[in-house]
Amino acid sequence: MNYLMSFLVGGALCLVGQLLIERTRLTPARILVGYVVAGVVLSAFGVYETLLEYGHSGASVPLTGFGHLLADGVRTAVREKGFVGILTGGLTSSAGGVAAAIVFSLLASLLFRPRMK
Amino acid sequence: MSLKKIGSGTYRMEHPPVITSSAAVVGRMEKQGPLGAWFSHWHEDEYCGENSFEKAESRMQKEAMKDAFEKAKISEKNLDLVFAGDLLNQCIGSNYSLRDSGVQFFGLYGACSTMVEGLILSAMAIDGGFADRCAAVTSSHFCSSERQYRFPLEYGGFRPQSAQWTVTGAGCAVVEGEGQGIMIRHVCPGAIVDMNITDMANMGAAMAPGAALTLKRFLDDTATTPSDYDLILSGDLGKIGSSLLVELLKTDHIVLGENYADSGCLIFDPASQDVHSGGSGCGCVASVLCGYVLPEMQKGRWDRVLVMGTGALMSPTSIMQGESVPGIAHLVELSV
Amino acid sequence: MRSEDYQQLVWAHTPKKPLWQGCFGAFVIGGSICVFGEALKELYLYFGMEEKSAAIWESVSLIFLSVLLTGIGVYDKFSRVGGAGTLVPITGFANAMSSPVLEFRVEGMVLGIGPKIFSVAGSVIAYGVAASVLYGLIYFILYQIGVVA
Repeated sequence: MNYLMSFLVGGALCLVGQLLIERTRLTPARILVGYVVAGVVLSAFGVYETLLEYGHSGASVPLTGFGHLLADGVRTAVREKGFVGILTGGLTSSAGGVAAAIVFSLLASLLFRPRMK
Repeated sequence: MSLKKIGSGTYRMEHPPVITSSAAVVGRMEKQGPLGAWFSHWHEDEYCGENSFEKAESRMQKEAMKDAFEKAKISEKNLDLVFAGDLLNQCIGSNYSLRDSGVQFFGLYGACSTMVEGLILSAMAIDGGFADRCAAVTSSHFCSSERQYRFPLEYGGFRPQSAQWTVTGAGCAVVEGEGQGIMIRHVCPGAIVDMNITDMANMGAAMAPGAALTLKRFLDDTATTPSDYDLILSGDLGKIGSSLLVELLKTDHIVLGENYADSGCLIFDPASQDVHSGGSGCGCVASVLCGYVLPEMQKGRWDRVLVMGTGALMSPTSIMQGESVPGIAHLVELSV
Repeated sequence: MRSEDYQQLVWAHTPKKPLWQGCFGAFVIGGSICVFGEALKELYLYFGMEEKSAAIWESVSLIFLSVLLTGIGVYDKFSRVGGAGTLVPITGFANAMSSPVLEFRVEGMVLGIGPKIFSVAGSVIAYGVAASVLYGLIYFILYQIGVVA
């Protein structure tokens, strides 16, 4: 059941992205930015928590999940550390993913070079 | 007082300069395309043995020049002037391919129209009495263009149906005052036309109005019609751009028939090669002209040919600032 | 011809892929990436990881695989079919960071890779963090006056 819901929710979030690419003039980079900000907003209104409950990885893996992670981190940090948490919360909670992407990318640059298909 | 200008902007060569030799060097996809049989010099490796795509592009230019000079039995020392250009920032493809040559050099930027721009300037320099022997050289490389104009190669971006595929190829044509070969009869430089196309993934649409203007100007000035020519070849309008050109000329009562072709449509096979609207880039018209059209004219397949190089004159900066894409087209009339 | 008329002519001459084709690809590929992530998480949970760590390792694993597929030149092939299905998941974010790194390696480690690593992902991080700080400010006020717990 978790798998089915992951598939449906994740697929649906990607489908919305595809519609935005093909039917608007939004570039992929703008769509990604939109997704993250939308994730923060949805999380702020408590919607994303519910989506995660039903959608599992289908809600956490798309970039809206990244936005939720940022918002959730800020919430926790504000509660635990007060005012300074406003600044530290977002990056702290998302640090794992960002650091992994940086390090793996740097490693990849030593091993691979771009090719034409 | 201009002695050679006819009509509103076509220039007639008094003693038509001759393209005495030409050569093209292409990449793997071009070799696999419909014109593959005509490209004897090609590279399987997109790096061409170099460590960057820019260096690979310069190398292809060098090789195209070497091949063309060998065919003409000359060396670069015998050249008066070289007109060369490419798509890379500050034209480094040409700057570096010619840095060891010692030839007097004009660097050109006409986007994908550069090959024909170079031919026009070569012809003018020779017929104007300034030079005896010139060369026009250009190149483009899919990978170096992608990284400069679009995204990294391995980026999983989205390619719309209107997008075109930059040709990996270089072409060189040697133009002389005297000799055996294909004559340049008339030249018609283009003017910039901007019809407010802002979609960088639809270059053909941005360039078609400029091509229509140049072709109409040339036909009016010379009082000829498309059917007077055996082949009318446009540069890299692609599928969309070439059908738009046909449409645009119809409004001026000019009918392009079976003798019209576009280099971008000739060089790739849309059915088996995933190139969407067709080929593009300086190397597109350069390799089709130098590797296919000129040799076929020599063999007698076509006698009178119009070649029109088409260029989209934008940069990533202008696009990001919300500017539209201006287009231009330069034309030469060739005959056996 | 006026520019407006020309725009219409261009639109009429531009071929359009059927919308369902791209959407189908995006749905299936995007959904599958999420299912794969879910399976990884279940696996980590099975090995006794707690929920929060398992979620982080799920992301890290997906990022690792995405960078690997980018490196061997496969990720952009998936993208041709998957479209937004390979863009929107965290794997798309990792691809956006690793592909410029590979591409600009020739310009050097510091001046090539360093600035380009965030060429697309930088916007995502910048505006994501900015949005979270703005939200944090609002949340802080609401928290202080007792509107939220």
